[in-house]
Amino acid sequence: MTWFESPADAATRLGAAGYLADAATATTSYLAGALEKPLLLEGPAGVGKTELAKAVSRATGAELVRLQCYEGLDEARALYEWNYKKQLLRIQAANSSNGNGGGDWNATHDDIFTEEFLLTRPLLTAIRRDEPTVLLIDEVDKTDIEVEGLLLEVLSDFQVTIPELGTVAATRRPFVVLTSNASRELSEAVKRRCLYLHLDYPDAAREREILQQQVPDLDDRIAEQLVATVARMRELELKKAPSIAESVDWARTLIALEIRDLDQAAILDTLGAVLKHQSDHDRAVKELKLKRA
Amino acid sequence: MSTDRADRSGLLDRHLAFVEALRGAGLSVSLAEDLDAVAALSALHWTSRDTVRDAFAATMVKKQSQRTTFDALFDVYFPGMVGDGAGTASIDGEGAGEGEQGEGGPVRDNGEALLSFRDRLAEMLEAGQMDPAELQRMAAEMVGTFGSMPGRGPGLSSWSAYTALQRVAPQELIDRLVQGLMADGADEDDARRVANQRIGAFTAMVEGDARRRIAEEKGPDHVADVAVRPSIDQLAFMAARRTDLDEMRKEIFPLARRLATRLAKEQHSRHARSAPLDFRRTVRASMATGGVPMTTHHRPKRPHRTDLVVLCDVSGSTANFAQFTLLFVFALREVFQSMRAFTFIDHVHEVTGHFRPGADPVDVLADLAASASHAALWGRTNYGRVFTKFAEQHSDALGPKTTLLILGDARSNYSDLHEDTLKQLAGSVKRSFWLNPEHERNWGTGDSAAPTYGEIVRMIECRNLNQLSEFVHELAW
Repeated sequence: MTWFESPADAATRLGAAGYLADAATATTSYLAGALEKPLLLEGPAGVGKTELAKAVSRATGAELVRLQCYEGLDEARALYEWNYKKQLLRIQAANSSNGNGGGDWNATHDDIFTEEFLLTRPLLTAIRRDEPTVLLIDEVDKTDIEVEGLLLEVLSDFQVTIPELGTVAATRRPFVVLTSNASRELSEAVKRRCLYLHLDYPDAAREREILQQQVPDLDDRIAEQLVATVARMRELELKKAPSIAESVDWARTLIALEIRDLDQAAILDTLGAVLKHQSDHDRAVKELKLKRA
Repeated sequence: MSTDRADRSGLLDRHLAFVEALRGAGLSVSLAEDLDAVAALSALHWTSRDTVRDAFAATMVKKQSQRTTFDALFDVYFPGMVGDGAGTASIDGEGAGEGEQGEGGPVRDNGEALLSFRDRLAEMLEAGQMDPAELQRMAAEMVGTFGSMPGRGPGLSSWSAYTALQRVAPQELIDRLVQGLMADGADEDDARRVANQRIGAFTAMVEGDARRRIAEEKGPDHVADVAVRPSIDQLAFMAARRTDLDEMRKEIFPLARRLATRLAKEQHSRHARSAPLDFRRTVRASMATGGVPMTTHHRPKRPHRTDLVVLCDVSGSTANFAQFTLLFVFALREVFQSMRAFTFIDHVHEVTGHFRPGADPVDVLADLAASASHAALWGRTNYGRVFTKFAEQHSDALGPKTTLLILGDARSNYSDLHEDTLKQLAGSVKRSFWLNPEHERNWGTGDSAAPTYGEIVRMIECRNLNQLSEFVHELAW
């Protein structure tokens, strides 16, 4: 199956799935499908990296398999694991049934390393599925370096080697999306296998469209004020610049509080929805000249 | 693109030259990525130059900091237009727009033309919604009319963005722009900000257009070699322009955060096996395997921490460098147990107090700049005097666990160097380093005392953000 027909097709279908993609995003998503290469998304938190993977799965009707990365993630959590408990039970059952204590060891040995005792984790699951699959490897920069080695085989050949069972190759290549906040540099080897796309804060027009799509009740004037204010904040030297997710949150906050005009007092009252550091608050208050009326 | 398309072998040559240029500019484009780029191109329609650019970027640029370099080189190797742009279909197929603009080519550079051009430019920049294609055409016209340096024989004519910018001086339009924007209802700060932004963007366009024309004349390889600026993390502190400095400052905190997580992670994993056994976790984990401890768990090793004393030259020649380094070290302070910072020119002044935890970097920089005046009595850098003063007044800062870090170019205005005092200071601490923002080949020239001091304290060249972060990595270990 082809994932998208063309960049334009990608843009339309992602749009229908609720994700407004800019030209670069649409082109790169199309290429990831057409070249069957994993797509590495990098960029600040909250600009819609994970959302893109979800949108691809919605737009193409593929199922999403997600591997959330964290420090200490290992093979057993990412690839596969043997179900020790079940294996133990199997051995004990074999022992008690033939009564002479481990007589037919060879049979049991072959028996406990079969599919039945295999617990597949996200990576293996995605590879073994016959239906279209989007594999999301989220926040890959949070893992230890060793896990990257694990990903290499999966990402370049779409196969996993299990010593007791042999190599499991993908029957149908999943659409792989890796996301990273760039909190550490990924290895060259991983990057070489991926297409790369840096997602950044959108321009004002696109952000307004996103807001209006996500928060339909928002009226035009306040959306414009909100986008302008957020854009202004992103230019300040903040510890954590407001992301798309945060401007959507802010819009929802304004609606919930029934604020109809985003004046200085309103910004000051709801600043907590967008800025999450005290020093960022101080800076914004100073630079935007916010004062309590 | 359209001519290249007819001639396939020409496109391949151009592509290979482009890849070579990328490699030359420090991007690591491997053969695999090169092949991917070609595969990506064949999967696409080449109807839009932007699509081609996105495809190249997706396959060959794997680091956002390299994107500026990539864009500049892409414009040089795959220019959006040829010559003055007349007759060639512009990128977005805006062929109709060219017709009305007959004056682009033949207009001579004279006072009248200059005035009318400035008027048109100001009008365009004042408009609420700017059309980037139109602006691009304006930049091309500006370089073509006011930036040409003809008359040195065929093939030797050239274009200069510098001359064009000097003649037109878009900076002087700022006030006019501000007035115009304020008339539209913006308040003054906003208007000034927007005006600066627009002029800056336009200046960048003009520079890009001059590069494009020179590339047309002398071949893209020549331009790639001489005119494309290095990416921000490789740009030398001393050579940075104002806009670069702003960009670098925005990089400092993310960079420090990246480095801090990397350090924490390495400290975490490096001694994992040799660390003492975590008995409870091991037993708990053995439940899954029927009580057989198949995997052992270990206690995380206590991170080793450093007391840091920074001694920093803030004289005019090294001011940029000093700001960055101080801010960077400040951003990393979780990695260090304690940190004291001193600035000097010919007198020592403690600035530790400015680095409050959670403080705003903009304020910190402003405070540091203000406090530079305390560091000077006579205003001429004098390293010898500084070391003596430091030993007299602040020797309590140094101890056997301390790492001493000196930042400066070691140019001491031919004064007495007092090497023994530095030797004594370096002897009382655990480790000492000297970061020098000058290129190593300039050490020892003129009044530079780098070789003398370098024998006492290990001196390291540190000219850009990359070298700085590599060094801090070593320091924190």
